[in-house]
Amino acid sequence: MTAASSTVTKSKKKRAAKPFTNSLIAGVLLGLVLFLVYFFTGDGLGASGGANRFAVWAARLVAPGWVNSTPYLIKYGGGAKKPLDSFIVMLDIGVLLGGFLSAWYFGRLKTVTIKGPRVGTSMRWFIAFIGGTLAGFGARMSRGCTSGQGLNGAATLSVGSWAFLLAFFAGGYLLAYFVRRLWF
Amino acid sequence: MAPFDPVELLGKPMGYLIFILFGMGFGVSLEIAGFGVAHKLIGQFYFKDQTVFKTMFTSVLVAMALLFLTIGLGWLDYDRIFVPPTYLWTGILGGLLLGFGIIIGGYCPGTSLASSASGHLDGIFFVAGVMAGGLLFGSVADSFWGFYNSSFMGRFTLPEWLGLPTEVVVAIAIVAGLLLVWGSDMIEKAWKRREGILTDAEVKQDKRVLTGIAVALLAATVAILVIGQPTLADAWNKNTEKQAMLAEGKAFVPPAEVSQAVYDPLINIVLLDVRDERDFNLYHLENAQRIDPDNLAPVMADLLQESEPPVVIVMSNDETRAIEVWKQLVAKNSINAYVMEGGINAWIEEHAEGQFQPIESHPDDTLAWVIPDALGDKWHSAIPHQPHHPAPYEYEIIKLQKKAPTGAGGCG
Repeated sequence: MTAASSTVTKSKKKRAAKPFTNSLIAGVLLGLVLFLVYFFTGDGLGASGGANRFAVWAARLVAPGWVNSTPYLIKYGGGAKKPLDSFIVMLDIGVLLGGFLSAWYFGRLKTVTIKGPRVGTSMRWFIAFIGGTLAGFGARMSRGCTSGQGLNGAATLSVGSWAFLLAFFAGGYLLAYFVRRLWF
Repeated sequence: MAPFDPVELLGKPMGYLIFILFGMGFGVSLEIAGFGVAHKLIGQFYFKDQTVFKTMFTSVLVAMALLFLTIGLGWLDYDRIFVPPTYLWTGILGGLLLGFGIIIGGYCPGTSLASSASGHLDGIFFVAGVMAGGLLFGSVADSFWGFYNSSFMGRFTLPEWLGLPTEVVVAIAIVAGLLLVWGSDMIEKAWKRREGILTDAEVKQDKRVLTGIAVALLAATVAILVIGQPTLADAWNKNTEKQAMLAEGKAFVPPAEVSQAVYDPLINIVLLDVRDERDFNLYHLENAQRIDPDNLAPVMADLLQESEPPVVIVMSNDETRAIEVWKQLVAKNSINAYVMEGGINAWIEEHAEGQFQPIESHPDDTLAWVIPDALGDKWHSAIPHQPHHPAPYEYEIIKLQKKAPTGAGGCG
């Protein structure tokens, strides 16, 4: 956590947090995982698809009628369909488990809110939610997020995925100046 | 040949467990890179911390090199791995929104899961936002459904777009990608130097790691260029099972069985006519499509896309050209194809006896009959007769084949 200032809301100090792994070495590991999942299953990695299915599952508990009358959601959770019965949900469960184990092993497991120094904690939560909503909406629009569209398509040479990645970075760089006070 | 379908192969619990394990590998990679911390991600856009570029493009290059190396060696079938289909404008719009999402919220969907798993509360709120955004999309998708499904180009790859051989595109991508990673590293080092947080140890380690990665990737690139990518002819030469099928005559479907299959509601039949336009216009079977034997790639892509795996019948005047096309279709075992026994000449003999004058001696694979008018499939005999046997019918030659796994995709 380099220049970040973070507010520790509640911390259990068990051991000193280890620094993050060299980003290039982490990249090699991620590349190996991406290759292996492709080689053995023919499918790539993904993240937003699983989250979306979980959302449909949750929405159906609260408002089954709404899910069943919304065409886009019917294909995930309409009628007798099981929204959580998909490999893409399993990937997300794995990401949560893997992220948790890794953070725990390296002493980085900590209940904190990561935010810039000028932003209050609840404001940061609200902004994170808004950013997530944009990302979730965008990921549905592009039929995949930075992993499902970006990593998979870049490695397998999809034209649309490279266009997507360019747009993704363009979006970030375009807006960065205007929201700098959120972060620094 | 890889890939496999773990759920089909091992059943759901074991197959799903395998996906959980791959997901864990993904989660660990994200966490150790620091992607559970928003500032490690957004630093990219302020020319500070360049972890996003360095990790992401390293991973893409490593995966790309290994994929196309194993594809080149014939261990992995490129046609059956998930290549995200191209919807150009929705992809670009979605990408922009995700870019806004990361710079405002600090994460993207995958990294927000790693952040949540590390206990970071902002990550959990981001994940909640991702779910809300998905449901919001679902509730308004109807109003732009046309746009959402527009600019669809199917499985469209960079080699196809650039008109270059796959191995050349991979080589260019790896060299360009390495330059990008190296450039990002320079930017990051300049920032760290200014902040006074750059240590000699880090400079040394990065240099060593980057050199190692570059050497390995460039070696892989040379290997990919030397090996090349497998052609269908290579695949055919290795496919002893299909070679035996041809030698034993099990690849040839008699015209009567073709008629039976045409009317079978349980079979999705595709009739491919590989003759030239002249012969095709003179006489062809109803619903047969003429294809160019020298340009099979788009035809095969279409056949692999069909939701119901088709039974493909290839036909020429006799059999020679049909067999050549058939060899390519079945070379990778992904398409269930047969040759029509005796070709169009045998069909006419069986269904239109006496209608046309036979040609005494005809060169191989040319029409053996004088067809006076170019009526195509308007000849009465060009429509297969409704057979007497009701479905389901025991076919002698035609076997139904399960859909080859093509990868459902990472966007589910």
